[in-house]
Amino acid sequence: MTKRILTLALAVVMTAALLTGGGQSAFAAGENGSAEEITVGIASDLDSSLDPHVSSSLAGTREVLFNIYEGLLKPDTQGNLVPAVAESYTVNETADEYAFTLRKGVRFHDGNEVTVGDVVYSLTRAAGLETGEPLVATLAGISSVEAADDDTVVVTLSAPDAEFAAYMTVAIIPEGSDPADGIIGTGPFKYVSRSPQENVVIERFNDYWGEPAKCARVTFKIIEDGQAMVMSLHSGAIDMAAHLDASQAAELSELNVLEGSMNLVQALYLNNARPPFDDVRVRQALCYAIDKHMVIDLACDGHGTALGSSMYPAFGRFFDESLTDYYEADVEKAVELLTEAGYSEADPLRFTIAVVEAYTPHVNTAQAIVELLRQTGMVEAEILPMENATWYSEAYQGRDFDATITGMDASTLTASALLARFVSDNAKNFIGFDSADYDAAYAAAVSATDTDEQTEDFRQCERILTENAANVYIQDLADFVVTQTDIEGYEFYPLYVMDMSTVRRVG
Amino acid sequence: MAVTLLLISLLAFLAFQLIPGDPVTKLLGSDYTPERAEALREEMGLNRNVLVRYWDWLTGFVTGDMGDSYNYGMTVRQVMEGKGAVTAALSLMAWLLVIAISIPLGITLARWQGGRLDRVFVAMNQVFMAIPPFFLGILFTYVFGLVLKLFVPGGFVRPQDSFWGFLGYLVFPALAIAIPKAAMVTKLLRSSIMGQMGQDYVRTAYSRGNSRWSVIRMHVLRNAILPVVTFVAMTLADIVAGSIVVEQVFALPGLGRLLLASIGNRDYPVVQCIVVIIAFIVVFMNYLADIVTQYIDPRIRLD
Repeated sequence: MTKRILTLALAVVMTAALLTGGGQSAFAAGENGSAEEITVGIASDLDSSLDPHVSSSLAGTREVLFNIYEGLLKPDTQGNLVPAVAESYTVNETADEYAFTLRKGVRFHDGNEVTVGDVVYSLTRAAGLETGEPLVATLAGISSVEAADDDTVVVTLSAPDAEFAAYMTVAIIPEGSDPADGIIGTGPFKYVSRSPQENVVIERFNDYWGEPAKCARVTFKIIEDGQAMVMSLHSGAIDMAAHLDASQAAELSELNVLEGSMNLVQALYLNNARPPFDDVRVRQALCYAIDKHMVIDLACDGHGTALGSSMYPAFGRFFDESLTDYYEADVEKAVELLTEAGYSEADPLRFTIAVVEAYTPHVNTAQAIVELLRQTGMVEAEILPMENATWYSEAYQGRDFDATITGMDASTLTASALLARFVSDNAKNFIGFDSADYDAAYAAAVSATDTDEQTEDFRQCERILTENAANVYIQDLADFVVTQTDIEGYEFYPLYVMDMSTVRRVG
Repeated sequence: MAVTLLLISLLAFLAFQLIPGDPVTKLLGSDYTPERAEALREEMGLNRNVLVRYWDWLTGFVTGDMGDSYNYGMTVRQVMEGKGAVTAALSLMAWLLVIAISIPLGITLARWQGGRLDRVFVAMNQVFMAIPPFFLGILFTYVFGLVLKLFVPGGFVRPQDSFWGFLGYLVFPALAIAIPKAAMVTKLLRSSIMGQMGQDYVRTAYSRGNSRWSVIRMHVLRNAILPVVTFVAMTLADIVAGSIVVEQVFALPGLGRLLLASIGNRDYPVVQCIVVIIAFIVVFMNYLADIVTQYIDPRIRLD
């Protein structure tokens, strides 16, 4: 009898000890340390390499590195280029020579002052002038980088490029350094540590040349599970998270919910290089059949900005709003075009939509599209869920797909960042778009020295994409940032970046 | 044992040859060009024959060099640092919870067979067995985390910061894993005891004037617990595997998350290492179960 009681008692005590132990210490952990520390939830781990010149496949890496590295220039929240490591710059009349004057007193995180040598080294390395292979593709046009004097660097281009200044956001690193051995930049935060699949920690850089960061330390905590992210915000384990979708934001309405946009072009990208989408009538039929406003309502609760070409509104003058509804939703027209192309209800158009299953907004969009297409009675689309690596190797790199839903973003504030990939011989032209008109318009845009002329040429590119129904353009996804109520100062950029320097805890 | 591990590691290595995509795919992402990919493959030694690569990995592994992670620019050892401890602590805690709950409960239920507690258990057992740990996890985060505020969901504490805080955070994830398993073990033990109760030796024991409790305690338990021991030992292997899902729900930086991410990144060296560790646990627990069984019932001999 006593033994029985003892056994039971022991079990109870053990469990209770564990439980109470949990209760007490967990409370201590909830009070996020000092008021100057901010914890941010991010949905995926950063890339393997934090080398700013090895252009990364993950926008999520770039948005964190934005806090650590800076270029001669940097983008601001309005989409303007503002001086950073450089104080000012001049362009010659033919737009093929750019002279940058360095700002005095800019320091690297290791305490050394930035010299022209560092700038020449960084640009030479990024443009691959010594290896012959540019690390940053946009810098391929650089023919030489030279120090004119102690505080001026002259960059010469092989062909005129009026947009070139925007590429000078490329990171400046110390002369002779390799980011694999140590991450040193000039940004408002310095790198502290990372633990794979766990976190990345950055700290305020006190010798920053500009406005110092408002918080002392930021921990980016990797929380892959969407539900866990919401719970962590509820519980206060993290202070903020970006890139949440409408349904997650709705669950967190008691916190600060900010709505911006993702700055990407979400579309049903079509493989123009092979049947059935090598036929423009079929592509146009899809554009008529898919009511993008309806898709946004169905898949994203109405949050998102409808798009009609490979350009989003944050690009200002480059964005042509009239293209958004170039194809008014019209099922009859779609049916007519499909009939013309040889399809019928008995012999419907069949194709697959490849989509990375981890990206919920894309999956939801795919489902909405399949439904809308079914209403024509002539289209049977099937969703092909894929793992990320499979999508890259088969769809994107292998170009073996019918249609796919993804979002294309811009790494720099230039129209080329979005439009270059549709030039017929571009290595990133994964949809196999092939139009002589487009190639000509794009070439004209890139070499134009006059801003208005260039803007018009890029808009012409967008029109060609729309008229040819290169893809079924849907939207720029809404981006929800949710913060605890005592966090202030987060600002959206027209690029995919997360600027932590203005974020602070109040009260 | 060594042969089993060798085979498993070879199979894991070969499995990667069958699925699409390789480390280069992920590393280059949207910057992919066939030339770049080829150059990178050359640089990483991925162009060599798969068996040569396996042999390289194996010889490194047995000499304690687990290689470099493709994805993190660190050695596998650095990548795994701290992750193993999280999974080990979580699994062990869940396992101990299974034992602490199910053994006393199973015996108690068998003792008062048909009693109130027994009837409630039989009715509820199916439910508990069927609940997937991730769902329990979400339920726990909501009830104990957000409503009762017994812990901070997502507020994982590193053991080096606070050891008790670390264990404390693991209690609910461990419970989420343990409850379905505990339900199974309890049921198994209860029916195993019941099965023994009909045996001749039990009648003899009764006839000597023993009460039901002392019959169970002195005679039946030793026999009834045998199948349970094997099952409990194998549960640990299950628990390690189950922790992969629960780590996601509770945002725990353990091996499970690392394994999933590394498979996604085609980071073979990390995957190989984790697979071998998990395989080792399974094989080892099996072996341990044999030893314990033999200890309880000396009639069973190990070869």
